[in-house]
Amino acid sequence: MLTSDMLKLDNVTKTYRVGALGGKAVTAVDRVSFDVRAGEVVSLIGESGSGKSTIGRMILGLTPVTGGSITVAGAPVRPGRDYYRSVQGVFQDPFSCYNPVFKADRVFRLIKETYHPGVPEDEWAARVRAAVRDVRLNPGEVLGKYPHQLSGGQLQRMLIARALLLDLKLLVADEITSMLDASTRVDVLNLLADLKARGLAVLYVTHDLALGTYLAERTVVLWRGTVVERGPTEQVFGDPLHPYTRRLLAAVPRLHAPWEDAPEVRSCLYHDTGAVGGLAEATPGHFVACARLSDCQGDVS
Amino acid sequence: MSLTVTDLRVSYQTLRGEVRALDGVSFTVADGEILGLAGESGCGKTTLGKSLIRLDGRMRHAGGTVELDGRELPIADDRAMNAFRFREVSLVPQYSMSALNPTRKIGRMVAELLRSRGETPDRAKLESRLAQVGLPREVLDRYPIELSGGMRQRVVMVISTLLDPSLLIADEITSALDVSTQQAVARALLGFRDAGHVTSMVFITHDLALTARIADTIMVMYAGRLAEKAPAEVLVEQPRHPYTRLLVNALPEVGARHAGRRLTGIAGSPPSLLDPPPGCRFRERCPLADDGCAEQPPVTEVAPGHHVACWKV
Repeated sequence: MLTSDMLKLDNVTKTYRVGALGGKAVTAVDRVSFDVRAGEVVSLIGESGSGKSTIGRMILGLTPVTGGSITVAGAPVRPGRDYYRSVQGVFQDPFSCYNPVFKADRVFRLIKETYHPGVPEDEWAARVRAAVRDVRLNPGEVLGKYPHQLSGGQLQRMLIARALLLDLKLLVADEITSMLDASTRVDVLNLLADLKARGLAVLYVTHDLALGTYLAERTVVLWRGTVVERGPTEQVFGDPLHPYTRRLLAAVPRLHAPWEDAPEVRSCLYHDTGAVGGLAEATPGHFVACARLSDCQGDVS
Repeated sequence: MSLTVTDLRVSYQTLRGEVRALDGVSFTVADGEILGLAGESGCGKTTLGKSLIRLDGRMRHAGGTVELDGRELPIADDRAMNAFRFREVSLVPQYSMSALNPTRKIGRMVAELLRSRGETPDRAKLESRLAQVGLPREVLDRYPIELSGGMRQRVVMVISTLLDPSLLIADEITSALDVSTQQAVARALLGFRDAGHVTSMVFITHDLALTARIADTIMVMYAGRLAEKAPAEVLVEQPRHPYTRLLVNALPEVGARHAGRRLTGIAGSPPSLLDPPPGCRFRERCPLADDGCAEQPPVTEVAPGHHVACWKV
């Protein structure tokens, strides 16, 4: 049975030690809570330094959490073979994920050696071809080629195919389209959207708002390590309540409309409800934080 | 006419042969015009930008001319170009950090740079230019590492345009920036053009939406050739070239939802420029292509200022 929350973050905090002797601490992620359900894409949006990649890395067990908890299908993050059978990540630069000396399909071979050593060769070959077809690639075009013979979009989709050969439940996609050309980018996005139908949970980490809204059912907006607004994508971007979200949206260049100034924030939900230090629920499922932003102070009446 | 490029051909020498990155490109940029140069990776847009200011060691000028304000630029002659660089043609590179000396404070670096060009540093002018892009004069006493990416990019813009060049080349200058910083940098560019600190501009980016916001004219390139060139609004609202149409349709807009309208990519990839096939270079991926496309389509003016290289328009 699928649990409703495939991924759950509860007050997750990450502090890095900095300075010569590690005497100072920088809080990269501050009490972040959200969840991703099975069969859902959630986009995690933030500018550089907002902590979005750190969150992705913590979910993948690449860096430990300092406080709070992350659970995947009810169990805590435990990096290791069993964990990575169901949780995988795909990253920004597809070229650095392949060893240029070997053919690109070696990534599939490594999966077989680690996770499916007992599967007969011909059955494995059929599974690989099926996975490659699942990511809308032609097996004849991509198998047996070296990484430099393939495009970034093809390599990125092969990494997703690789993850599909496992018993994948959660995919963390960290800026996976930012190095791809516009003409192939949308194919990778459509693929992620299709994977939802298989019951996969996808956390789509990006700085690009247009790509985020295109895909996701729900959106989490991060600002300097904290969640400032989260909820259904239509509400977060259709009716943004937080001044930061509004400013971010207004700054995105649009193809068919001129830049406009961010609409003013008339009332501050945070102060109206008095939800100190947390998120206030504006409409069901749509949460907004506000008090920690300096712009907000002028709006308090 | 500020800039006139005629049949420009530039190739890269590689071990496997000559890569024809720029294969006969002609266009003009008027005084006060911002030309947005858009296209996918490998289409030749950066090569074009570079050839207007400096061909690096692997690049070879294979033909064509570049004229700026009536004078021909000696683009094949690295030495002779020195007289034009910074004064007539200037560049804002993609990575601002690589343009700034990390061991000098900004103010001292600018002064040294100007003296090396035989100019007297004018602190008041420098400060007023910085103010125009929203930077305090204090940045002059800072090291590059103390500034944020967006601030550094604006500092480089100020330095590049200090001698009021006729042509500014901005190559992917906002690609590494966040959206809000991107907007500030783009607006600063517009401000410099409006104030006359730079006469005209070639703005290179892969982001068509951003180009549409700041350019007067957009030129879309494909595989080393011009595909379509038109006033910005015409190009995004009524594109004529099949490639431009597909490209515009592949761009998600904020608010566009997968569930609502599924966008489609363009199948296939651009041809190798090592030995490009004859005829239209987009024909392998083009839904309209037929046998006639085996012949190279000429660039035709379908409406005033709207140039398209396609048999099917």
